[in-house]
Amino acid sequence: MNIHEYQARDLLAAAGVPVPRGAVARSPEEAESIARSLPCNSFVVKAQVHAGGRGKGHFQDGYKSGVHLVKTPHQVRDVASRMIGNTLITHQTGPEGKPVHAVLVGESTDIARELYLAIVLDRSSGCPVIVASQQGGVEIEAVAEKSPEAILREVIHPGLGLQPYQARKVSIFLGFPSTGLRAPCRLLHAAYRLFIEKDCSQVEINPLAVTKGGDVVALDAKLGFDDNALFRHKEIQELQDPSQEDPRDLAAAEHHLNYIGLEGNIGCMVNGAGLAMATLDLIQAAGGKPANFLDVGGGASEEMITAAFRLLQGDPAVKAILVNIFGGILKCDILAQGMVAACRTAPPRVPIIVRLQGTNVEAGRKILKESGLPLLPAEGLMEAADKAVAAAAGKKGK
Amino acid sequence: MSVLVDANTRLLVQGITGKSGSFHASACKEYGTQVVAGVTPARGGEKFEKTVPIFDTVSEAVAATKANASMIFVPPEFAADAILEAADAGIQLIVAITEGIPVMDMMRVRHALSEHSCVLIGPNCPGIITPGACKIGIMPGYIHRPGNVGVVSRSGTLTYEAVWQITSQGLGQSTCIGVGGDPIHGLTLQKAVEYLHADPDTKAIVMIGEIGGSEEEEAAEYIQSRVKKPVISFVAGATAPPGKRMGHAGAIISGGQGTAQAKIEALKKAGVHVAETLGDIGQEVVKALGK
Repeated sequence: MNIHEYQARDLLAAAGVPVPRGAVARSPEEAESIARSLPCNSFVVKAQVHAGGRGKGHFQDGYKSGVHLVKTPHQVRDVASRMIGNTLITHQTGPEGKPVHAVLVGESTDIARELYLAIVLDRSSGCPVIVASQQGGVEIEAVAEKSPEAILREVIHPGLGLQPYQARKVSIFLGFPSTGLRAPCRLLHAAYRLFIEKDCSQVEINPLAVTKGGDVVALDAKLGFDDNALFRHKEIQELQDPSQEDPRDLAAAEHHLNYIGLEGNIGCMVNGAGLAMATLDLIQAAGGKPANFLDVGGGASEEMITAAFRLLQGDPAVKAILVNIFGGILKCDILAQGMVAACRTAPPRVPIIVRLQGTNVEAGRKILKESGLPLLPAEGLMEAADKAVAAAAGKKGK
Repeated sequence: MSVLVDANTRLLVQGITGKSGSFHASACKEYGTQVVAGVTPARGGEKFEKTVPIFDTVSEAVAATKANASMIFVPPEFAADAILEAADAGIQLIVAITEGIPVMDMMRVRHALSEHSCVLIGPNCPGIITPGACKIGIMPGYIHRPGNVGVVSRSGTLTYEAVWQITSQGLGQSTCIGVGGDPIHGLTLQKAVEYLHADPDTKAIVMIGEIGGSEEEEAAEYIQSRVKKPVISFVAGATAPPGKRMGHAGAIISGGQGTAQAKIEALKKAGVHVAETLGDIGQEVVKALGK
């Protein structure tokens, strides 16, 4: 799960990580009054969307950049009025962009140095790892590619937690003088505590700024959370902003379907995550483009299958649907009954290609055949993908 | 011969009174697995299907029934505790089926288990089966057939696809292991390949990977330096968009790491026969075995 920058900033501040002064505003008036309350003469106004690359992005109406630096509270108000209610397009949002409902108004910071700091999960050791670099303010992947030696990875023992010597090691690597390790070490411990306590999948502070006055502050931060642990963090669940999510994803979540919207025109319904992924690969190998990833799971009910069908049929981009099921626990005849029921309540709008295999496959195929519904059966995997691609292109299958 | 489980394996089921736990305990029993005990706190003294004794704790169950393997269906919020309880009671093989365990919990479990000699398979996995002898997990038993192909996979349904293709070619499986789709789990692909390689009855190994992490690459290195048996592989997710979790918590390309292309390249370099598409696995196995 992702959250907004201002929410991440609030969580970091609450954990004891220094952040620049400021607050979130949902109207130009509010933005101006926040600016008036800040004891400074230069302000940053940042559009709040769930995407990176805001500074280099542009708004739907042509207004440039989702991050502005201005001198007066009045200008803060002007900038906020251009951003709020507008849609910001960045290299991460896709061409449709993300709606802006709020801006973060903050004091601008006199930056001496920009650093990079993140805490993520290291899969191979099964431990949290601190990733640090003196080259902050840019994407860490670019640093990793050009100068891997500029990145320190400090693995933390999950039972012991971050040790003081490790915090000192990271701080020294980040270029802090040995007499000035207190502030960065305290910040590291606070960030690590946040990572553990909130079941984060990542805490990324980029840039971590050293000000001309010598303070260390988190200028921008991205927090990610482990979806599996949300059950024990109601406070994090409440931070979710549906306006930033794909509406198809939201509809799927409502029915507990494992769904990811993609950009093609072949809708997919598959059981099992691995098979669903492999089905996307098959469609592309056949020259088509999938409209979605959809795993109905091993024990999908008739109700879930109906909901899945509605979702695929309701997507205007979908020109053909490929159903790929390996019946294990979910028996093919049960699935076939579910599909027939779903098609009766929502008659098929596009060609549907069905590939069934596994438990009670003959009974399942028989039910589909006798239903009289316009379903195109396929036996082989590649055959199914070829038929779906042909159908989406408006051609008759082989 | 087989890997990790055989006809002598004595299985206990943690969470045997739950909906999935009871359904699959029943299915395993029907397949022929020796299901000797169940564990559900506060249900000790009852019987499952009138024959299998239920205990409050794993250690009581082990003392009374000599169970040596456990299958876990406990809900995600209590699953880490269940794994630790099984390890502490001396269970040698722990198969955690539960999906949705918090990563932080698994991080601690994995470290705690380094002090035990047990093997953990999963979580978020289909389980392990030695066809005709012992099934521990949620896989449909009938698609398997005793034989000489070892299978290891990160995905449930892809394992079934591969197994079905192998069976349809007239071949069979020695042991099939699903290591699970979570980013932190017990048995790795490489370790599973090591077991299968050491098993004299396994003549070929099928390894099914997917995007995310680097286990395929690590296994490829091991295969290149140590494995003499033919290895056939398939990697799912070649066309998955970066940054999205593809159903499995562990199936994600992040920061350019964990792509299918990199994994396929590493496997090919190690001399592995990589199936181009999912439908080709069965034929690749036949080719590799020279039949």
